[in-house]
Amino acid sequence: MKKLSFHPCGNYRENYAQELSIFETWFGRVSLGVFLLILFGVAPFFLSPYLLYILNTIGILAIAAIGLNILVGYTGQISLGHGAFFGVGAYAAAILATRLDVPFYLSIPAAGFITALVGMIFGIPSGRLKGLYLTIATLAGQFIIEYVLIQWESLTKGTMGITLPGPSILGWTIAGDKAFFFLIFICLVLMTWFAVNIMRSKYGRAFIAIRDNDRAAEGMGIPIFKYKLLSFAISSFYAGFAGALWAYYMVSITTEPFNLGLSVEFIAMVIIGGMGNIPGAIFGATFITILNEILRYTTGVLMNVSVITSMGLNMAPLREFVFGLAIVLFILLEPKGLAELWRILRSNFRLWPFSY
Amino acid sequence: MEFFLQLLVNGVCVGLLYGISAMGFVMIFKASSVLNFAHGELLALGAFFFLSLVTWGKLPMAVSFLLTLAGCFVLGFLIEKFFLRPLIGEKLIFVIMLTVGLAAMFKGLILLIWGGNLHTYPDFLPPSLEIQLGAIYIAPVYSATLVISVIFLVLFGLFFKKSSQGIYMRSVADNQKAALSLGVHVRRVFALSWAIAAMVACMSGIVLGIINGVNVHDLSAIGLKVFPVVILGGLDSIGGAIIGGIIIGLLETFTGGYLSPSLRDVVPYIVLVFILMVKPYGLFGLVEIERV
Repeated sequence: MKKLSFHPCGNYRENYAQELSIFETWFGRVSLGVFLLILFGVAPFFLSPYLLYILNTIGILAIAAIGLNILVGYTGQISLGHGAFFGVGAYAAAILATRLDVPFYLSIPAAGFITALVGMIFGIPSGRLKGLYLTIATLAGQFIIEYVLIQWESLTKGTMGITLPGPSILGWTIAGDKAFFFLIFICLVLMTWFAVNIMRSKYGRAFIAIRDNDRAAEGMGIPIFKYKLLSFAISSFYAGFAGALWAYYMVSITTEPFNLGLSVEFIAMVIIGGMGNIPGAIFGATFITILNEILRYTTGVLMNVSVITSMGLNMAPLREFVFGLAIVLFILLEPKGLAELWRILRSNFRLWPFSY
Repeated sequence: MEFFLQLLVNGVCVGLLYGISAMGFVMIFKASSVLNFAHGELLALGAFFFLSLVTWGKLPMAVSFLLTLAGCFVLGFLIEKFFLRPLIGEKLIFVIMLTVGLAAMFKGLILLIWGGNLHTYPDFLPPSLEIQLGAIYIAPVYSATLVISVIFLVLFGLFFKKSSQGIYMRSVADNQKAALSLGVHVRRVFALSWAIAAMVACMSGIVLGIINGVNVHDLSAIGLKVFPVVILGGLDSIGGAIIGGIIIGLLETFTGGYLSPSLRDVVPYIVLVFILMVKPYGLFGLVEIERV
């Protein structure tokens, strides 16, 4: 067991094991444990259904955002097709559940693997392209997938949408926000654990090397195409997994939500949360979801103010404006995102009274 | 045969429009290597400025056209000054996401001010531009587009080849550091290229508005269609943008005419993926040589 200590005032690591450790101090480990305990033990029993719904949405989006962060933040490949991959996962789960009667504990991971395959297909251009050319190729992927989802009517029922059966395990049906809370957050914890650990492995280090300089990485013996594809696969696995959860949670799905706007939201989560930072993706998902809810509420209130309605103003576009403004301000003022703000906050405590 | 010819003509007309819309985009990329996702919204802003001046301000056409151009010039300048300049030297994804954020802001603003409905300009093109060749009909707006695009192509060609500012822009695009050390005012070049590009964008927005009516959603969709066009033509070639535009326009009208109308909007992107796989820098793009 590690020494019971606070954060050291500097980098005193002596071996690789310390460098790779997730928790630098015993304190960090305990506080995470306490946080999880409160999250699972208290939150679902005391929160109102509306707040639980928001929490569940955050959980699902956070899984997808972690996946995108592996691709964008760690491997440095910008993807504008993540929203479409999310949709592929949702449809894969829905089709498996309705056509083949696959139980949810198999169909959700299967949806993840199907999406990973699709993601690898759209990752193939990354073998020859990089930077903005790859961005445009993934943008094309977004439109192509959207088109296929709408037009392949024999499989996806087009714009009609699909209604999913309730997930059940051993005769017990998961229904309601509280039951889904446990399903979603257990998945989130597992996926976070997996992502954090994959970044400590050989694969994670290869991803980071490719991000920092792909030519140099190849010169050092990393087969970059293989690793880029792997990164696309892992990232789309996360997207598909989250999409499948979302499909079960929403009960019925249509193609409408999986548009470019969703992809942009995912990228915004990664940037606002902090690129190359796994907890950052969760912060980002939380921030964007709460921002969306606040904006929806505010525009709803503003619509009913008589002065504004009498002037004939429609306040709904305000949402889009503020959303764009948030992205722009974060990029200009704190490009490292909320994770960096969180770090500064913590180090303020640690370095007090000499914090800066 | 007549159907084929009509499709051919329509394709070229639509393609010229895409080409014109892409010109401002290419200018920004050429001078500052910024991929502008807010291009469609810039088009829309220009179109709406013009609309307000013409219908609400009751100004004459020529005056409001010049005023719009001037306004967009200033707007482009301000965008560069406040949003893009702090990001010089930052990672690509920040620049891309900044323009995505700007796009959302502009779109929200336009929707707040003008709403999402379709507006139309008063008709002012002379009917003599109408062309009827046998069974083929070319609407006056399209011939006007042809004239405008040729004029702008020549103007830009001269600007980049002959004027000192144009040469500065090309030098900055080629190698920022070298240009800086040879005494080129790089910041001014960036500001100027954004200003000019915004001006071109709003001009194309007005042209698009004359043809299809002014609607934010349509115009921002065209902003996204610029990507296949410029990739086909090469991101840094203005002439290539026109050729890319024509190819995409033909592709769209022929798929719409012969295969299926719903495939029409996706086919440029499918072609785009294949082209990128075969020729990663587009058909006319410059091959970048990288060193570690």
